[in-house]
Amino acid sequence: MIKAILVFNTRGQPRAIRFFESCSTELQQKLIRESYQIISKRDINACNFVEYNDNKLIYRQYATLYFVFVIDSSESEYDIYELIHIFVQCLDQYFENVCELDLIFHSDKVNHILNEFFMGGFIVERSPDLILNDIRTQIRLERQDSGVLKQMGSKIKSVVDTKTEKMKLDVEKKFDIKL
Amino acid sequence: MSTTMDQVVKKAKDSFGPMFDKSLHDLVRGIRNHKDNEAKYINEAIDEIKQELKQDNMAIKANAVNKLTYLQMLGYDISWSSFNIIEVMSSNKFTFKRIGYLAASQSFHEGTDVVMLTTNMIRKDLNSSSMYEAGIAMSGLSCFINADLARDLANDIMSLMTSTKPYIRKRAVLLLYKVFLNNPDALKPAFPRLREKLEDPDPGVQAAAVNVICELARRNPKNYLALAPIFFRLMTTSANNWVLIKIIKLFGALTPLEPRLGRKLIEPLTNLIHSTSAMSLLYECINTVIAVLVSISSGLPNHNASIQLCVQKLRILIEDSDQNLKYLGLLAMSKILQTHPKSVQAHHDLIMQCLDDKDESIRLRALDLLSGMVSKKNLMEVARKLMVHMNKAEGTHYRDELLSKIIDICSQNDYQHITNFEWYVSILVELTRLEGTKHGSLISLQLLDVAVRVESIREFACHQMAVLLENAHVFIVGSNSSNIAEVLYAAAWICGEFSSYLKDPQKTLESMLNTKITLFPGHIQSVYYQNILKIITYIIITLNNNETIIKELISMSIDKMSVFLSSGDVEAQERASVILNILKSVLKLLEKHEFNVNELSGLFDGVLNPVAAKAQRKVAIPNGLDLDAWINDPPSESDEESEIKPRHFDNTHNQSLFSGDNTENYYHGSNLDSYSGDQSDSNRTKNYVEPSTEEIEEQREKRKQSEKMNPFYIKDSTKIKSLQKTEVSSTLPNNADRSQVTSSKGTIPANLQLSLADQLYRQAKIDEENRRLKKKSKSDSGSSKKGKKTSKNSELTTVDDNDDDLYPTIKVTRGGELPEGVTESGNEDNENDQPVGKNKKYDPHRALNIDLDEKPLQKMSTPPTEIQEPIAKPVENPPTIMEKQKKPKKKKAIEKEEKSSTSKSKSKRERSDYKELLSPADDEKESVVPSPSNTTAAAPPPPPPTTTTTEAKPKKKKTKEKKSTNNDNSAPLLFDMMSDDINPTSTSNQQYNEQNVYKLAAESDYLTIETSIIPTPSTAQLDVTFLLKNRTSSIIDHIDIHVIDSLSSKLLNTTSANHVSFPSISLFPYSQNYIHIYFAINDISFQQKLKTTLTYSINKSSNEIQTDTIEFKLDLPCSQYLRKKSLDPDAFAELMSSGTLTSQSNISISSSSQDFSSLINTICQTYRLTVVDKINSATSLYSETILGHPIAFLFKSTNSQNGISINGKSTETHFLSNLMEEIKNFIK
Repeated sequence: MIKAILVFNTRGQPRAIRFFESCSTELQQKLIRESYQIISKRDINACNFVEYNDNKLIYRQYATLYFVFVIDSSESEYDIYELIHIFVQCLDQYFENVCELDLIFHSDKVNHILNEFFMGGFIVERSPDLILNDIRTQIRLERQDSGVLKQMGSKIKSVVDTKTEKMKLDVEKKFDIKL
Repeated sequence: MSTTMDQVVKKAKDSFGPMFDKSLHDLVRGIRNHKDNEAKYINEAIDEIKQELKQDNMAIKANAVNKLTYLQMLGYDISWSSFNIIEVMSSNKFTFKRIGYLAASQSFHEGTDVVMLTTNMIRKDLNSSSMYEAGIAMSGLSCFINADLARDLANDIMSLMTSTKPYIRKRAVLLLYKVFLNNPDALKPAFPRLREKLEDPDPGVQAAAVNVICELARRNPKNYLALAPIFFRLMTTSANNWVLIKIIKLFGALTPLEPRLGRKLIEPLTNLIHSTSAMSLLYECINTVIAVLVSISSGLPNHNASIQLCVQKLRILIEDSDQNLKYLGLLAMSKILQTHPKSVQAHHDLIMQCLDDKDESIRLRALDLLSGMVSKKNLMEVARKLMVHMNKAEGTHYRDELLSKIIDICSQNDYQHITNFEWYVSILVELTRLEGTKHGSLISLQLLDVAVRVESIREFACHQMAVLLENAHVFIVGSNSSNIAEVLYAAAWICGEFSSYLKDPQKTLESMLNTKITLFPGHIQSVYYQNILKIITYIIITLNNNETIIKELISMSIDKMSVFLSSGDVEAQERASVILNILKSVLKLLEKHEFNVNELSGLFDGVLNPVAAKAQRKVAIPNGLDLDAWINDPPSESDEESEIKPRHFDNTHNQSLFSGDNTENYYHGSNLDSYSGDQSDSNRTKNYVEPSTEEIEEQREKRKQSEKMNPFYIKDSTKIKSLQKTEVSSTLPNNADRSQVTSSKGTIPANLQLSLADQLYRQAKIDEENRRLKKKSKSDSGSSKKGKKTSKNSELTTVDDNDDDLYPTIKVTRGGELPEGVTESGNEDNENDQPVGKNKKYDPHRALNIDLDEKPLQKMSTPPTEIQEPIAKPVENPPTIMEKQKKPKKKKAIEKEEKSSTSKSKSKRERSDYKELLSPADDEKESVVPSPSNTTAAAPPPPPPTTTTTEAKPKKKKTKEKKSTNNDNSAPLLFDMMSDDINPTSTSNQQYNEQNVYKLAAESDYLTIETSIIPTPSTAQLDVTFLLKNRTSSIIDHIDIHVIDSLSSKLLNTTSANHVSFPSISLFPYSQNYIHIYFAINDISFQQKLKTTLTYSINKSSNEIQTDTIEFKLDLPCSQYLRKKSLDPDAFAELMSSGTLTSQSNISISSSSQDFSSLINTICQTYRLTVVDKINSATSLYSETILGHPIAFLFKSTNSQNGISINGKSTETHFLSNLMEEIKNFIK
């Protein structure tokens, strides 16, 4: 089982997190902090598996980002190690030359991709092609929605505009009266 | 005026604007732009979000929740927004819904109570027509599912498992695991469905099912043994590495429970190890092979070869430049080490190399392996290396780890590998210079232990300890984080106890008195005071009554001791005062010239022996003694004195001066735990200070009495008996030389002594070399006495084992004292002592320990698809009969299983039991299948719907049938795997499975086909089992059977007209497997020969597939239409007299090969007849055809030549005559 997936940068700032076992926000932050402290100290040539309580941290560093998987003994360390790379490749294809900024500004999209890869601590799918396919279909669904959204947005805007217009008029009236 | 207007408009826009405009993007940018006051900015943003959430517009809410999700990641608590999140989840827009579920999966946890509002909404989403909506619902649910949701939604999730879309199926399967965790009751009813998914056509779904079952099985492997055959098949067929990894890992957990499985696994695993290029798979294979080898400790023909293979492969991993592989290699190596240390030792060089690795994880792993690596030969080298590392090491954690490891490897097995204790003591002394270590007490313990157990080292140890005491002040400084001062405890005690070895006791005494002892912890102070007295006593003895010097000494001591009265520690202060008073009394006596040294030395007389760790526990509680009961009488001294004490006072000495309950309890067994225990003793010492001599004498008498009475009291005379003294030949070859060297070193202050261990190390190496040379020359000269042995040693290739006799044997007192008549036996005490703390922690998996073999208590309301599923075998007989027969057997099997899992001694189980063990899941299935009607007519299942989505169905159906017939048949699947094991137990199998004779039907160069025909238990069907034996070295699959239907028989469960194919069955090289086909029979009159064609593919190694056909006639003789049926004699008589049996047939055979009774037995078995009645030389037999026609026989023995006459009656004339003909031929 995968217990959690943490993506944070070399300064320990979280960029994407997913916990497959219910735990409170404080506990989540504690885990991020602790794993950052462990991993950031490690030599770049050191092995990518660290024992952490009963679990293991499997991590990989890409540029300024650490991808950390917290797993228990039922997962194969090396397999997960390879999987991280597949995951990052998938992100790379999706964002086209992914960098930390992509993850910062599109953490929701990263989460969607995570959802396609993993569920409840299990690996659902590991073929990036299939996953990107699903993601693209979902984007189409999103667009359908946002078509509706845009209409709604313009409606809202018109409401706001009319409101401000009204206020403007009110104020003008007031001033008129005063004048 | 216009400016004021603009301001107003701007204000209005400001108040509305951000509400609608700030997207997640803006928020992120904002946070980045406000690095200085990020918290303030975010708090403002949260306020805005709160405003936005109050809007009715869903888009605004969703946007707000999206931002909250981001803030949650940064660590902000958003639990207050749970309800809003649910609102967004319930939106009918995919985009919003996804935002909602994402937020929920990240922020909902066990305490989130609004979750219970979501049940219906989630149910709607799960059943959504859009697979992505169902997908996000399942992803979300997997994160925040709780017991209520699991219970309420289990059925919905179950039905999703039959969805047409693999995307949904695999998620549903995975989600099921979470359902089980939260609602263990769901496991049992859902399990058959889950099991089916192992054969799902979509590899992703299959993988998901494997994943879930592996996860379940890992926690409760016993319940999943029955699935071993399926997994075995998957393992040998699947090309998906990560599925393989999971399965192989699972097997690792199963093999300890079923050694035979392990034996079967070795070969395919070895093949995988050889063939795979995936490192992860290779590693897991090795791991499981190791697990197998551990569980089958012997008896495997190529046991050693497998170990060697593993070790070799691991070496390759460890040598790899990839640190990860190195790590894994070492990890796996340590598992081998536990059972096969020799194999690992061969790679000693490599592991030592890893100790130098830059990576701490790798060094730690290598350290773990070290304890198995050391031998007499290399211990010093290894330890030296570790010392070097320790000096270089950064970070106290790793350094401490190294320190404890050094002590660990040196002290293992009672110092088995140490050949030179001077070296070891100097190593320990060197370790005391380590800054900030937490292992001070460990070092201290070692010093004490070595000094007590190794007599020959005491002198050297004393010198070393004296040096330590002289430099005691070093330990006072910087003792904040470390407890290194603990070594002074050992040092003081050793110098005191073995003061006769001190070179300059006067000096040592002075250094002890001059140290600011009061700065140390209390227990160290106490030891100091006590041992100061011991040293003084010794000095007095050596001074030969030179009273002036003695007086000088004592008054000096009294001066210094009085400082110690100010000690803050109660115990220490008390001891100081006791000792001070002793000294004062001595001084007084001296002045009166009445002093006798013996009075003082009597205090410390006697030999100290190590007490076994278990000694206290081994003391049996005397009859009638209730330890918990309150002792009403004031506790008399004698009660307490009857405890085991490390030393006893020689009663011949004059003990008038002081009572001697001394503090040596501290050290016996060299167990630091006794600290706490002795605190109570200290209170007692108070009682001893004041009482008069008469009182003491009286008490002593009392105690002696009670000692005599108490059989558990260790008496001096028996003490030695229980000691295991090993080797008395403690002749160090150059003992004298060395002690010279060392004693000269002894005076060097600790700081300059760095190289002592190294010197000793070098010295030892030289000695060793000398001895070796000596030996060699001896053997070269050819001493006739040891001819054999020495020639062996003289070979250049001699390994360390043979070198053992090169090392001096040093007497080490191993073990320890035990109460009389008690031997240091097993660790039964430890078992009781095992901490239960871990188990106490709530583990959801414990609830999942459900025996899946039991019949389900409740039936889950099955989703519609289940009902539609064709039922292969309508049950005619009331199922209770079957159950009655089966139950006791199964129970037995389970019992046996339990037995074998608890006591490993049980090695061979009867195969029949084994079969039962592995197939009960099928029983369950049988009983789950509702028996619809009493249709006697053949009930061929409705043809599967032709939609592409249900292509799994025919396969499913078939496996189901196959399995259910396995019950009646002797062909459980695992049995196929275990075919090697048939022979030894096949006889017992016969009893259970009547007769199940396979006859050769046809064979080709590639395949042998044997058949066995039995009627199905309740319907007019025949179950024809083909035993296919692969004669090639390739895999055979795609088996397809074609049988042309006759007038009276019809092939059932066909995949296409007259065809049955078996896509899921493959035959591995030289293995065999069973396939079943079924015929519906509507007429039984005549025997039939059905033209059968069997087509199959051979997967040649060169990737080409060769298809081959075998044609043969499938023989269905009349006798095969009989079904075993018993009838009681009364009913039989009634039947005979009723006249319903119209047709009759008689034959007589003049002679047969067997005697009458054995012939009846054979006939009964072959033709499924049952004996109704037996009178002398006549037997009546009964049976029924599968169409329900009764058949009755009367067998009579006619003459002495085993002649027989048979009288048959039935309703079917043709059938009867054909059958009689068959029997006739059979008997002849």
